[in-house]
Amino acid sequence: MKTQKDIDTNQEYKYGFTTDIESIKSPKGLNESTIKFISNIKKEPKWMLEWRLKAFNRLKTLKEPNWQKPKYPKINYQDLYYYSAPKSASDKPKSLDEVDPKLIETYKKLGIPLHEQKLLSGVAVDAVFDSVSVATTFKEELTKKGIIFCPISEAIIKHPDLVKKYLGSVIPLNDHYFATLNSAVFTDGSFVYIPPNVRCPMELSTYFRINDPETGQFERTLIIADKGSYVSYLEGCTAPMRDENQLHAANVELIALDDAEIKYSTVQNWYPGDKNGVGGIYNFVTKRGACRGKNSKISWTQVETGSAITWKYPSCILQGDNSVGEFYSIAITNNHQKADTGTKMIHLGKNTKSKIISKGISAGRADNTYRGLVDINSKALNSRNYTQCDSLLMGNKCGAHTVPYIRNKNSSSTIEHEATTTKINEEQLFYCNQRGLNQEEAVSLIVNGFCKEVLQQLPMEFAVEAQKLVEISLEGSVG
Amino acid sequence: MLKINGLKASINDKSILNGLDLEIKAGEVHAIMGPNGSGKSTLANVLSGKSGYEVSGDIAFDGENLNDVPIEERAQKGIFLAFQYPLEIPGVNTNNFLKTSLNTIRKSRGQKELDTLTFLKLVKEKSSELGIDEKFLSRQLNVGFSGGEKKKNEILQMKLLEPKLSILDETDSGLDIDALRIVADGVNSSKSEDNAFLIITHYQRLLDYIKPDFVHVLSKGKIIKTGNSDLGVQLEKSGYANL
Repeated sequence: MKTQKDIDTNQEYKYGFTTDIESIKSPKGLNESTIKFISNIKKEPKWMLEWRLKAFNRLKTLKEPNWQKPKYPKINYQDLYYYSAPKSASDKPKSLDEVDPKLIETYKKLGIPLHEQKLLSGVAVDAVFDSVSVATTFKEELTKKGIIFCPISEAIIKHPDLVKKYLGSVIPLNDHYFATLNSAVFTDGSFVYIPPNVRCPMELSTYFRINDPETGQFERTLIIADKGSYVSYLEGCTAPMRDENQLHAANVELIALDDAEIKYSTVQNWYPGDKNGVGGIYNFVTKRGACRGKNSKISWTQVETGSAITWKYPSCILQGDNSVGEFYSIAITNNHQKADTGTKMIHLGKNTKSKIISKGISAGRADNTYRGLVDINSKALNSRNYTQCDSLLMGNKCGAHTVPYIRNKNSSSTIEHEATTTKINEEQLFYCNQRGLNQEEAVSLIVNGFCKEVLQQLPMEFAVEAQKLVEISLEGSVG
Repeated sequence: MLKINGLKASINDKSILNGLDLEIKAGEVHAIMGPNGSGKSTLANVLSGKSGYEVSGDIAFDGENLNDVPIEERAQKGIFLAFQYPLEIPGVNTNNFLKTSLNTIRKSRGQKELDTLTFLKLVKEKSSELGIDEKFLSRQLNVGFSGGEKKKNEILQMKLLEPKLSILDETDSGLDIDALRIVADGVNSSKSEDNAFLIITHYQRLLDYIKPDFVHVLSKGKIIKTGNSDLGVQLEKSGYANL
């Protein structure tokens, strides 16, 4: 029998290691020269720098939002580094063999063996180590179909027309504080363009990892699915153990044109802080998708298990007639973690449909809030929304909250909202134990059952990983 | 197989079992009857190792003292409880639950775990033996099941897991005649020289189908009378008040 102590030790953050690769850093502080430094090191064209500076000027007039439930200590933006790159990346490796072996080692520890992954899984990986993309695989196969999948820094140079047209078109420069901060100082991220009537033949995937102390992470991702195309994109995160709080403010923009579909899946496992709530990542992310064309579809699936604070609302703007937005979410908070997450479904086109399935699980002293907006415009006739928010509580020191905002401005549309809050039930555990399952197995079975509708939405290889993550995140939280 | 000596159990300082003695040998079927509140379900729970009770006295199973053995290990050693109120577990597929349970128990016995195909074949066989519609195997565990379906599911689990000692906690209550027959067939077809049954019931009705070797009357946490199957018939006529 495993003792409680064994379990506690085992469940310590699994990916708590750092690699000592020398880094190039920008000077500390948020100012024009930092932004110029980033733009310069990325060899960006002038328009990009101007865009960043415009964002920075706008930022000066903004204040951090403070309506969210989890509060956090004031962030000193002048005390952060805004750029850090593994040194060996500045002279661009041509192939994996040229990549710093230490980096490869890090990926292996994370379970991303690039070489084997290439052969076995058929997943193209655009791996971000700190801020710079060091290895992109499967590029050739994608290129044949006309698909562009590259670091956004590369896209800015090689595909300026696409970037100019779409960057900031869903999350504009004058959005809220963190989104605008990202626009000013973003370092790298992924760019995807799927040409008309192309079905992307593989799941596109990226892994992010924070490595350098005091480095804010400001990824920027832009995905465009042109008419009649389809793409499924996976994002997974792990981070090394660390004491300082680290700010992570990514922006993700999705654009789906006529009859196109984008499926975006996330497994988020940033360092959550220790059992006493010390350290951990602040994950303040802006994710927004525009169903710009008719019959288009955007589907967000997220499994959020990490971070000290998770604050994100992956949203869909349903502009095209008959467009569909979906949001499937599992948010698990344990110990002192806090999550304020949900979605926004903005119905603008006729016959638009949205579906929200949210599963919040709280254990320990954690606090979990679902916050969501369903807004059906006066012209969005015959639109529908279905929302289901379920909360599961483990123990009696945690909290679950549901804050739905619902606006329907026409009489031909319907909105349904269902919400439940349940406690993990001693009798259910007894039942499972009586059938031979131990406490951990029983909890994992019940929780996985609770999350099933969302786990089912994940691509196969991710679903297995996510299921494991759900188990690890809750080990030792009952009994 | 099972030897209970001076078993006492209380919950929140309220004593429920007050020095209960019982011995069950392999190959035997015992029935426990008794009025409401006499401690029947508590006995079933305490034998399974459910927490929340203050327990003293001894429970020995196959010569081993169970006092400090947790619930799942008792189950792995072969104690099965058919629940009076089987629990609903949303999102968990019944087949999947049965397979997880069976394989956990097989593993603890040093047997090979069954792959999905072999398992499905086995569960199909067992459910058709019991005349259970296999459609409910693909539904969520006990969710939206009728009372009868839940009880049938318990008996199916019993058949699958092949326990040494099966405790049926008022499995017959709320069942129609057809479902009652399925439960009884389940027990009768599982009976062997190597296993035993403890059937907790209010009514003689089930004992018309499953003939017990012993009938015990439980009152105020003690066995006050033991007899053969005639005792059940007699109780049905005269009630507990005259004992």
